Amino acid sequence: MQTNRPFLNVLLWVVLSLLTLFPIYWLFVISVKPAVELFSAPSVFLDPIYWNNYAKVLTNETLRRYMMNSIIISSGNALLVTTLAFMACYALSRYDLAGKENIFFWTITNRMAPAAVFLLPFFLLFTQVFKIGDFKLYDTRIGMILLYCTFNLPFAIWTLRPTIDGIPKELDEAATVDGASTWQVISEVIFPLARPGLAVTLILTWVFAWNEFLLAATLTSFNARTITTGLSEYVTTTGTEWGTMASIAIITLIPALVVFSVVQRHIVAGLTFGAVKE
Amino acid sequence: MRSNKIGWLLLAPTLTILGLFGIVPFLYVLYVAFHQWNPFGANPGMIYNGANNFRRLVVDGEFLTSIYYTALFAFFAVVSEIILGYLLAQLFTKDFPGKAVFRTIHTLPLIVAPIVVGSVWRLMTTPSIGIIPYYLKYWFGYDLNIGSNATAAFALTVIMDIWHWTPLVTLTLLAAIVSLPKDPFEQAQIDGANRWQIFWHITLPMIRPAILATVFIRLMDALRTVDEVWMLTGGGPGAATRYLGLHIWKVVFPKTDYGYGSAISIIVLYLTLVMCWLLYVGLVSPRAKKRII
Repeated sequence: MQTNRPFLNVLLWVVLSLLTLFPIYWLFVISVKPAVELFSAPSVFLDPIYWNNYAKVLTNETLRRYMMNSIIISSGNALLVTTLAFMACYALSRYDLAGKENIFFWTITNRMAPAAVFLLPFFLLFTQVFKIGDFKLYDTRIGMILLYCTFNLPFAIWTLRPTIDGIPKELDEAATVDGASTWQVISEVIFPLARPGLAVTLILTWVFAWNEFLLAATLTSFNARTITTGLSEYVTTTGTEWGTMASIAIITLIPALVVFSVVQRHIVAGLTFGAVKE
Repeated sequence: MRSNKIGWLLLAPTLTILGLFGIVPFLYVLYVAFHQWNPFGANPGMIYNGANNFRRLVVDGEFLTSIYYTALFAFFAVVSEIILGYLLAQLFTKDFPGKAVFRTIHTLPLIVAPIVVGSVWRLMTTPSIGIIPYYLKYWFGYDLNIGSNATAAFALTVIMDIWHWTPLVTLTLLAAIVSLPKDPFEQAQIDGANRWQIFWHITLPMIRPAILATVFIRLMDALRTVDEVWMLTGGGPGAATRYLGLHIWKVVFPKTDYGYGSAISIIVLYLTLVMCWLLYVGLVSPRAKKRII
């Protein structure tokens, strides 16, 4: 289409990549500096590396627990949300349900709510309303997994819908004629074809759940506390432990990075949020 | 036509969860919005006060200022992200050495937690320890102090948002561009159309749904940004970066004015909804048009 100038492209991307990476690199630099050096003239290069911040974080029992909570909550939530969204999208795409386009739009309105004020009703629901015997949702992993559905489930439905819509209906019909049940159609025809879309949905919802802060800070106290809230505990009005905070931040990046790189190649094929294919 | 029962059955878990965790809290907030309720104030009880909270909103200078700055923030951030994201997506359609690596690097900011993003940018810009103010002063003699310079603080929140979310735009638009058919472009080239004409008459109309969908999600999220800005500026200086999400948080928590905070939330939710609905109508209209043709 246009003249291809690989050299200019590479040059441009090197500059852009440096801009993109710099904040992350700087986070790393801060994480390997002792606190006293923070106030000396900032240097872009690494002085002798000081690993104590990491040692402090990794040997901290509480932080390890928060990390585990984060992994369980975000994995549980991403799996739940992707499964439910897959079922819902199949229903919205293949059945002639009354008012289905309105239902589709309504799902996304759940994501628009400003989180701050909904903290209060969530808090009351979690401590007083949704409970069985002594079991309350407050400060439990299952509570957080369900709660994160409010913003992740709509996103998943909107990300997945174009993928499911894009799979020709004739395939379902052919399989049905051959005697396949609805379950078989979903698991053997639709599922393999929707895999790129499902992978992208899974990873993005996982990342959103992993990164969530405000809800976790209010609705957990210790048992289900996540690593993002653990991180914020080091930012206080009396003085921030920048080094410790930065090293936690770097550690939280690692699992996200691993999960992300696994599905990286599916991303472009599967990312079509709400877009209508013509 | 197969039985719709199975369809509803497949949809049921989604509707149940969103009903319990979406509609129930919403109804509660709606209920509280019609009451005066400040549990730590002079009258700790919930007192019904009709539409007073909403009446107060219309003349509340702080709230209106917050709307104004939020709108500015969302506008600058989303427009820059769309333009930048589109250009970068176009670059990714070509082959060049190291493309996969650059794409991975470009998508990295996406996985950084908003609270971490806020912390990093604060680390880089806090006057005494930040590297950016240090070098701006050293090279250009410019004093960057986001604690007192409102314009700089505002600009910085926009730049931070661009850094964080442009990759999402690039990826969605790239997915759309890659899936476009080749024929119209070849035909247009044969007919001697220039680059601008091709962009304006072919590419843009064809990826319009994807652009609208991207604007939709970015706008929705920009209007409810809290974590990053809270970490970077805490809403200051003054009210320059006190965007709606943060404003609501301040009314609800430090001031514990639950009734009024709920009223603000309802209005903010309503405004977001209307805007997104308009975009959505624009989004589905190609589908409707196609049915007619």
